[in-house]
Amino acid sequence: MADGPVTIQVRDVTNQFGSHVVHQHLDLDVYKGEILGVVGGSGSGKSVLLRTIVGLQQPASGTVRMGDLMVFPPAGSERQTQRRFGVLFQRGALFSSLTVLENICLPLIEHAGLTRAQAEHLARVKLAMAGLPIKSADQYPASLSGGMVKRAALARALALDPEILFLDEPTAGLDPIGAGAFDDLIVTLRNALGLTVFLVTHDLDTLYTICDRVAVLSQKKVLVADTLPVVETCDDPWVHDYFHGPRGRSARRAAHVSTE
Amino acid sequence: MLTSPLNPATRPPALHYTTTPAARTLVLTGQWTLDYFNELLRCLNAERASATPLPDTIDFSELDAIDTAGAQLLHDWLGIRLDLVLSQEPLGLAPERQALLKAVIQAASTLPDADSHERKPRPFTEILGRIGSALEQTWHQVRDLLGFMGVTCEALGRTLFRPSTWRVTAVFAQLEQTAFNAVPIIAMLTFMVGAVVAFLGATILAGFGASIYTINLVTFSFLREFAVLLTAILMAGRTASAFTAQLGSMKGNEEIDALRMTGLDPVNLLVLPRIIALLIALPLLTFVGMVSGILGGMLVCAVSLDISPTMFMSIFQRDIQLRHFVIGMVKAPVFAYLIAIIGCLEGFKVKGSAQSLGEHTTSAVVQSIFVVILVDAVAAMFFMEMGW
Repeated sequence: MADGPVTIQVRDVTNQFGSHVVHQHLDLDVYKGEILGVVGGSGSGKSVLLRTIVGLQQPASGTVRMGDLMVFPPAGSERQTQRRFGVLFQRGALFSSLTVLENICLPLIEHAGLTRAQAEHLARVKLAMAGLPIKSADQYPASLSGGMVKRAALARALALDPEILFLDEPTAGLDPIGAGAFDDLIVTLRNALGLTVFLVTHDLDTLYTICDRVAVLSQKKVLVADTLPVVETCDDPWVHDYFHGPRGRSARRAAHVSTE
Repeated sequence: MLTSPLNPATRPPALHYTTTPAARTLVLTGQWTLDYFNELLRCLNAERASATPLPDTIDFSELDAIDTAGAQLLHDWLGIRLDLVLSQEPLGLAPERQALLKAVIQAASTLPDADSHERKPRPFTEILGRIGSALEQTWHQVRDLLGFMGVTCEALGRTLFRPSTWRVTAVFAQLEQTAFNAVPIIAMLTFMVGAVVAFLGATILAGFGASIYTINLVTFSFLREFAVLLTAILMAGRTASAFTAQLGSMKGNEEIDALRMTGLDPVNLLVLPRIIALLIALPLLTFVGMVSGILGGMLVCAVSLDISPTMFMSIFQRDIQLRHFVIGMVKAPVFAYLIAIIGCLEGFKVKGSAQSLGEHTTSAVVQSIFVVILVDAVAAMFFMEMGW
């Protein structure tokens, strides 16, 4: 996978809030069609990196390119960019005044120019693909459980069949069965649609089962970005603790068992 | 076989058939994606209209791209036949596209066949239904309000004799918000209304040669009614809405639940300081309103009626008894209590969404203004009948 064309190119990015520097001279490449897992300690700026790439956070310096589109410094219309990627925010960020179905319909109506009936028809299948029961379609986000909010948000992110999918801790707060199904869904969609997936996660099972490459954020930059066996052998103490702690070991064992 | 197109990325979706004695094969070409949704729909509708029999198998080798939208439309058309075709390993279908089609089929098959529509009630029944539900809602609101009054009184009673549980800092913080920061707007508003009342009085009373009574009109109306009513209405708009928004967003953020779990009583911690602060604030602001309203009247008297402020003050002192001031003032704490309690109660009713927060904030303002005016009208009649 790692030899496909570069879809996301982050070069020399510096992000800071006041005097607090989050990223310094950060470089990262994401290749087309891969699932890149991004890990790092709390506060290492994983979500900030995601926000920088999608254009929600303007870096202090550096360049961010997505395909042939410059995200920063900005060039081209914003509307154009929004069709090309879907974002699953950490807490779902469903529009609370719309039902689940209307949430998914919104991008279809606004960007793909479908009628309401057509959009609802497509949205129902997206909903089912994300694993939500059909009766949740007319519920408001406030009455959904945390896992259902995640699924509804994924359905909305997938509504436009984007090229790149950004997932901010998609399996956090899901039960293990639900998280496993979520992982399978992401792999299926990636294989079928040729999606590129940028996945911020703490879920070691997700890392071991679906990620093609893993990028470790530490010391204000991407410490290492490579396949898991390479990352595991990185001699940084944090990386060592992360992958060789009890959770890391059991996740790796589980992944090996399931592939054999 | 067709030669390859100019640019596969822009080839619109299409389909045709190739027939051999053994089987009819459907050949899909072009982009079966969301970008070409309308073309795709037209193409498939034409196919449905022509009522050609469904194909035996499908050739996917000329398909440039397919996404979930395209897959879904294909499934809408072919239905169960698509399942059958996929199980026979159709031509040119890459495994990842097969996985996509299967995922879409599986998702679509969990949906009910047709979108079932509920039967709409008739207009007349609906009107009756709405009246009924509005009445029921009002009744619930009144009951909730009375219940909440009881809860707050109970909480007040419990903390009153235990000074260690008093939230003095919170009360002062609220007092700054509700009283101190509201002084300029209250003073300005009542000053202008005072001036307007004086102008009206001057114009009307001049016809009777009694323009000196403008003084009595302004002072009487401001002491008894206008200062307290204007202040209360302004507080209803300014403070009740703030209380609802504060408590509502805390509720949405589960902060209220977190307080309960910490063993703290949200009524004691959040509601009582607000009620007490407003109980102090509204009388003070009413006094500010009285003073600046009368000052407004005094200014107009001095400018347009040539009644000097000294003259104004001496007539004010001679004609207006203290009881008018007292009657105006006693209403202030009652209004304050009602406004605070409605604002807090609506905040607790918020259900986590932005929509709900907006609805309850509006409701808090409307309810508190309504209740303030209602109570003021009843009180005015009572005081007049009593001859106070």
